[in-house]
Amino acid sequence: MTITDYDPRVLKAPHPVPGAPDNWKRFFSFNTDAKVIGIQYFGLSLLFLLLGGLLAMVMRGELITPPADLVDPSVYNGLYTMHGTVMLFLFLFPVLNGFNNLLIPTMIGAPDMAFPKLNALAFWLVPVFAVVLLSSFFVPGGPASSGWWSYPPMSIQNPLGHFINGEFLWILAVAISGVSSIMGAVNFVTTIIGMRAPGMGYFRMPVFVWTAWAAQTLQLIGLPALTGGAIMLLFDLSFGTSFFRPEGGGDPVLYQHFFWFYSHPAVYVMVLPVFGIFSELITVYSRKPLFGYKFVALASFIITFLGLIVWVHHMFYTGTPQWMRNLFMVTTMLIAVPTGVKVFAWLGTLWGGKIRLTTSMLFVLGGLVNFIFGGITGVMLGTVPIDIHLGNTYFVVAHFHYIIFNTIGFGVFAGIYHWFPKFTGRMYYEGLGKIHFTLTFIGATLNWLPLHWAGLYGMPRRVASYDPEFALWNVIASIGAFMLGVASIPFILNIVSSWARGPRATPNPWRAIGLEWLLPSPPPAENFEDDIPTVISEPYGYGMGHPLVEDEEFYIRRSLEA
Amino acid sequence: MTGVNPDLPLNHTPGHVQHDGHNLTGFIIFLCSESIIFIAFFAGYAVLKITSPEWLPDGVEGLETKMPLINSIILVSSSFVAYFAEVYLHKKNLWGFRAMWLLTMAMGSYFVYGQYVEWSELTFTLSSGVFGGTFYLLTGFHGLHVITGILLMGLMLFRSFIPNNYVKGDMGVTSVSLFWHFVDVIWIILFLLIYVWQRTT
Repeated sequence: MTITDYDPRVLKAPHPVPGAPDNWKRFFSFNTDAKVIGIQYFGLSLLFLLLGGLLAMVMRGELITPPADLVDPSVYNGLYTMHGTVMLFLFLFPVLNGFNNLLIPTMIGAPDMAFPKLNALAFWLVPVFAVVLLSSFFVPGGPASSGWWSYPPMSIQNPLGHFINGEFLWILAVAISGVSSIMGAVNFVTTIIGMRAPGMGYFRMPVFVWTAWAAQTLQLIGLPALTGGAIMLLFDLSFGTSFFRPEGGGDPVLYQHFFWFYSHPAVYVMVLPVFGIFSELITVYSRKPLFGYKFVALASFIITFLGLIVWVHHMFYTGTPQWMRNLFMVTTMLIAVPTGVKVFAWLGTLWGGKIRLTTSMLFVLGGLVNFIFGGITGVMLGTVPIDIHLGNTYFVVAHFHYIIFNTIGFGVFAGIYHWFPKFTGRMYYEGLGKIHFTLTFIGATLNWLPLHWAGLYGMPRRVASYDPEFALWNVIASIGAFMLGVASIPFILNIVSSWARGPRATPNPWRAIGLEWLLPSPPPAENFEDDIPTVISEPYGYGMGHPLVEDEEFYIRRSLEA
Repeated sequence: MTGVNPDLPLNHTPGHVQHDGHNLTGFIIFLCSESIIFIAFFAGYAVLKITSPEWLPDGVEGLETKMPLINSIILVSSSFVAYFAEVYLHKKNLWGFRAMWLLTMAMGSYFVYGQYVEWSELTFTLSSGVFGGTFYLLTGFHGLHVITGILLMGLMLFRSFIPNNYVKGDMGVTSVSLFWHFVDVIWIILFLLIYVWQRTT
């Protein structure tokens, strides 16, 4: 089978790309190309990473000394509420949707998403709710300050009596964010179900697609429950109902059920795609097939299922009956099983592999170590006696930052570096990347490792002033936080300068196996256009020597010619 | 749906193939997701009703069930009318479709009117404790869905006058009709929860 057999197709030039690759204006328009939308998500969410980080550094600056001297305690309440909300709803969800947009269509060989206009609309709702959320800094009474979980009765207080207040805007923003995420989830799931290339059965999809699918399924099931709770909270706050108001016969704990029914799975919505990124990168940089591919793929949906029945572990100390505590403790322990399957599969893949320590692989390995650490503290907190002792202390803060930043954040950086050449057509600078990784790893460890001890000794979370006995841990943590702030400088330099004038990337700089790597860098608007390949083997065939798609030479040659 | 047979003949599939099923797939996924909001409300309603120390506000004896029952029968039967509209459309009988479709819209509108009459005669308000809040929240949220359904049906009716609009397929009508059945099923559960299950203690 030689290439000359396919001359007619080789001669066919790719369609001209609507809008030249260097036409930056398309990133500011209502563009329906999933790859443009993906990059829009990345640009916007990374800006909010800076904002959320800035809020965090003000908080760490305040906490460097025991008394509340840098900011007023009431301002501090607004700071941590907005920090959490910005990081989750404006950084993590959008950045992961960036990955979904770039990777799902290219990995399954689809020309675009199933509903391109809906996709663009979902993206443009993000700046809308960002404006709604951030405008709360300028309303009388300041932004919402009852924590990112907005528990009543704190969140339904309106002492100044204004209709438009910080809490109102917060709930509105979360509701718009929910609409945007549901639009995205419908789109991603439909695309995965209906638009896979010929020959790509479910067990030939890359693990990232599996995890994104599992994560978006969680969005579809969980988000409406939060929306329901948020509507009731809004009515309580603004229209005088008493769903969560004890004095009117309501039940404040009911809100906690609505909230955690979504917001616990939300952690899996964020971590599952990162598991996908880990699986993709570990195979490429170890040159080995993924150990136990089918188990890793299926474990994603087991996590989806179990993730929906563990939410009460956030409420062990809010008057939950003992039988319910025991039940949810068991389900929480169970979720360590599919997660453990994944961790061991990655370790099995790394074992004996030919490991290349690029920046992205360093972030994966760093993230994996941190995930094992954060996972173990998670199992600790899932046990009732420990949770009742440590609930609402800095131990909890340290645990979930080990997951949210030290695992998910690391995975996001790993993915950005890994797919940067593919979607921008430029190579990043490895040296700057390694400086970024070193600063991030040391900063993150200094920031959150000591807080475990602070929490174990009993330092409560969400306070602006604390007992001087905790001072040492907090000084170390603040140094780490500022280091993380500094770490953003090499990252921004790297991304901006290499995108502007970095060396041109070849179609497959990492010698990776996957449909997206058979496309030119950057891929044309319709990906494979009128030549969607037929998949003939399982993903991750490293060292197997057999092609991924029929007629592979044709695609490789075409990607090189573009 | 794509094949999984690895021994398919050599082919390069064109990227612009029509994916007719997508709209329906996406819409069904959306409906499943939408149903969770109602399930959340129903669960919240049940929890509040069981645990609330004082359920009915002062001066309220309970809810009148006769008019809502007639309303419910009309709404539920409109689902069957919508089904016959679809059957007519499949038989390419456009006027039969329009007549049945319009009848569905009329029955839906009567339901909304009946709801309005019921609301205006009630003595309690949104802020009358948990009872008032949940009643207006559930019926109001469902009512919004009914109104949305009627508007969508109006759009489909309008589109039936565009020549040859339904030659290629009638995904829009199928989706709207599915939405209407969904709204009906939700109402049946809602009726059982609010009107049939009236606690006397």
